[in-house]
Amino acid sequence: MSQLIFETSRLNRYAVTQAPLEDVEVDDLPKEHLRETKPLLPETSELDVVRHFTNLSQQNFSVDTNFYPLGSCTMKYNPRCLNTLASLPDFLGCHPLDLEKNNQGYMQCAYETQEMLKIITGMTGISLTPMAGAQGEFAGVLMIRAYHDSRGDTERTEIIIPDAAHGTNPASASMCGYVTKEIPTKTSDGDIDIEALKAAVGPKTAGIMLTNPSTLGVFERRIEEVAKIVHDAGGLLYYDGANLNAILGKVRPGDMGFDVIHLNLHKTFGTPHGGGGPGSGPIVCNERLIPFLPIPYIEKSEKGYTWVTEKQCPQSIGRLSAFMGNAAIILRSYIYLRLLGKKGLPRVADFSTLNANYLMVRLRDAGFTISFPDRRAVHEFIVTLEDQTKKYGVRALDYAKRLLDYDAHAPTIYFPLLIPECLLIEPTETESKEAVDQFVETMIKIKHEAETDSELVKTAPHDRPLRRLDDVKAARELNLVYNPKSDS
Amino acid sequence: MPFIPHTKDEIREMLETIGVNSIDALFDEIPKNLLIDEKELDGIPPAISEMELARLMKDRATTNKNNLCFVGAGAYEHHIPAPIWEIISRGEFMTAYTPYQAEASQGTLQLLYEYQTMMASLTGMDVSNASLYDGASGLAEAALMAVRANKKSKSKRILMPSTVHPFYRQTTNDIVKHQKLEVIELPFNKESGCTNIKDLAAYEAEDITALVVPQPNFFGCLEDVDALTNWAHQRNILVIALVNPTSLALLKEPGKWGEQGADIVCGEGQPFGAPLSSGGPYFGFLCCKSAYVRQMPGRIIGCTEDAEGKTGYVLTLQAREQHIRRSKATSNICTNEGMMVAAAAIYMSLLGPNGIKKIAKICHNKTKELAQQAIAIDGVTLLFKSPYFHEVVLRLPKPAKQVIEEMNDKGILAGFDLGESYPGMENDLLVCCTETKTQEDIALYIKSLKDILA
Repeated sequence: MSQLIFETSRLNRYAVTQAPLEDVEVDDLPKEHLRETKPLLPETSELDVVRHFTNLSQQNFSVDTNFYPLGSCTMKYNPRCLNTLASLPDFLGCHPLDLEKNNQGYMQCAYETQEMLKIITGMTGISLTPMAGAQGEFAGVLMIRAYHDSRGDTERTEIIIPDAAHGTNPASASMCGYVTKEIPTKTSDGDIDIEALKAAVGPKTAGIMLTNPSTLGVFERRIEEVAKIVHDAGGLLYYDGANLNAILGKVRPGDMGFDVIHLNLHKTFGTPHGGGGPGSGPIVCNERLIPFLPIPYIEKSEKGYTWVTEKQCPQSIGRLSAFMGNAAIILRSYIYLRLLGKKGLPRVADFSTLNANYLMVRLRDAGFTISFPDRRAVHEFIVTLEDQTKKYGVRALDYAKRLLDYDAHAPTIYFPLLIPECLLIEPTETESKEAVDQFVETMIKIKHEAETDSELVKTAPHDRPLRRLDDVKAARELNLVYNPKSDS
Repeated sequence: MPFIPHTKDEIREMLETIGVNSIDALFDEIPKNLLIDEKELDGIPPAISEMELARLMKDRATTNKNNLCFVGAGAYEHHIPAPIWEIISRGEFMTAYTPYQAEASQGTLQLLYEYQTMMASLTGMDVSNASLYDGASGLAEAALMAVRANKKSKSKRILMPSTVHPFYRQTTNDIVKHQKLEVIELPFNKESGCTNIKDLAAYEAEDITALVVPQPNFFGCLEDVDALTNWAHQRNILVIALVNPTSLALLKEPGKWGEQGADIVCGEGQPFGAPLSSGGPYFGFLCCKSAYVRQMPGRIIGCTEDAEGKTGYVLTLQAREQHIRRSKATSNICTNEGMMVAAAAIYMSLLGPNGIKKIAKICHNKTKELAQQAIAIDGVTLLFKSPYFHEVVLRLPKPAKQVIEEMNDKGILAGFDLGESYPGMENDLLVCCTETKTQEDIALYIKSLKDILA
């Protein structure tokens, strides 16, 4: 059990070389503005800090240390040079409000990233400013709204969203002032219910938000028909790019009929997940939505690379952040794209799909229930443990915890919500056949344990520093900050 | 193929196991007309090796010119202690995902709990979340939160001083107007550079949901936070404090503003360990009184126990978030700025209260030094009469835009042109001097400015 950093504190200790050494006093600020209480920050040595956080890091699972088949998250290898090359001092030291002429190096990289992402998606406009997928969704749906508003089409108050969609989709629609109209997905074969879609579209439809391949781990085969239905009703199509890894370099969302797209650089484009960010969610669109793109974005002219702002873009949905998005993450994705190159892109789709289908077939043959056994896996697929839950009382959550004992991070569990006791499994293209085979062996072991010693699985993990943690207690007895007084 | 380890034999075995002849067969459910020819990707350059790429990036970096930086305006150059990025760059932190499986993520979760503790204390609040995207979008989220949290107000009207960072005001408006919030801008006093209580008189008897109070404000001036906070609370208006974390080492924490303290605190966490890096990634911090915690967006970490009674940490109050509440969530935010928060936690741990106080004092004194020497130059004056912290506005005899261009030629990034955002302030320059600037740097600034204005 790790002690908190505060517990290493001793009065007035700190990392002395990290602040200027001279003594200093401030005598010209009025007393009423000054702080009187000492904040609760650690008072500890540099060595204690380094030791504490290094030890903490060793309690994490990560792509660098474990097989991490988290569906929908694309936990592929994050090439190290993305960090080293994006961290060259002249990139790191550039102030966002510096003159454009002093930032041409970064801007050229970002501009070329803009161009490459347009080619990949088959679109004509782009803004790199959204700072994560969810912010990209917000921007894209807002652009749809701005489009309808610009045409005086103000009766459109609904966004259609499949029930299998990621929670950010309806949350983003709400933030844009829309009402979410949910449509069912057919759990028989994974495709959208076209009849339900036809019934749902109408004069109130602003648009539809879709992921393709869908969150069910299958390709929406009738996507062109879906696009036609929505477009005919006057709505626009939004593409959630979370699953782009499955079709990278092979299928373009623009060709499927989508009007606006967000990409997840921290999924498809190899930038690190960071334990919860920073990510980046660029937004790409077709011709008719370009006027509404969030600012700023980069243009190229004889003068070099320049920022396009609301001055040139009066119909823009505006600003989503103080500056220009997660620049250093965008730079990392540029480096990744240069390493992969033109031929490397479709190989990502090829091998993420190969790994997923191979894993699916091996698990099927080992006795696991595949949710869509008659469909190809895309880059991910769903296993349902419902039969094991009924027979042995072992749930997806239990499998997730037991996998940790075998040093594998769990797949995504209980998402999509439609499939009971589900595991959404995404190996990614950077995992070797051996790693995938190893995972199969582990799953077989756990299945055997479920059949013969289910308590072992139900009370996992056993070999981690901590046993299963009590979520309910955490929410009921809120303890969100350390209180040193309560230590006695 | 980069990062794809499969050998020819392995590919063959895998295809056999699946029961197909080629990888292409795995794409047979996709309508043929949607599969593109590789030709369509012609605009993408061919792959290059890491070695060639390193050369390319080095060349690109040299066309980036980092001049001596005297601008703040929302992003501040501070020394970033070496241990921070060494530790953050460890794969266990950098390549981990969101800590949904708590037992596999105690490193990240405990770090975030420690961060929450530090941030809550620094701001004088009860609780903190685990980050939003940046200070500007964080202010928007704070406004949305205030609307949810203020049960005594229905108007959804937010009073926003124009002394708040212009990009923050723009961002907040662009984000919140779609949920029917109205952001009302307050004028500032041209002498003090601050918001006047008098200007709030128009809203005396109105239904207002929240008042944003920046400290220091965009001009570096110190607002009368006690008077503003009390005015708001007397009218059931929630106070959203917008603050700079370095300043909190020296200035009174929002929890102690007025009689009751601010209700929500937000701001930009970049000064604590994030490099300037052309504008991002940074992070937004958000803290509040415990009464409002269920209205707070973003991830929150809680302390709990495991099955054997040992202490551990988990994501908690997840019913606020998108993966549970979906269209009714407090926010759509999912991935946030985990690494940048980790950097801030390590920064605060290394420096402690004494270290950050020292840095704050030095920043203040250096800015004062720069300002005093600048106004000794003919034609340069201090525009505002108020006390200031680590940023100050100089009125120049020439347009600031021109001065910035000419100073740039001398290798100096002189400041922010206020004329960009405030009509009538075209001759006004917002200057910042942090602990990173030496006496020689300041002397160079002054000499260059003098030459230009001569």
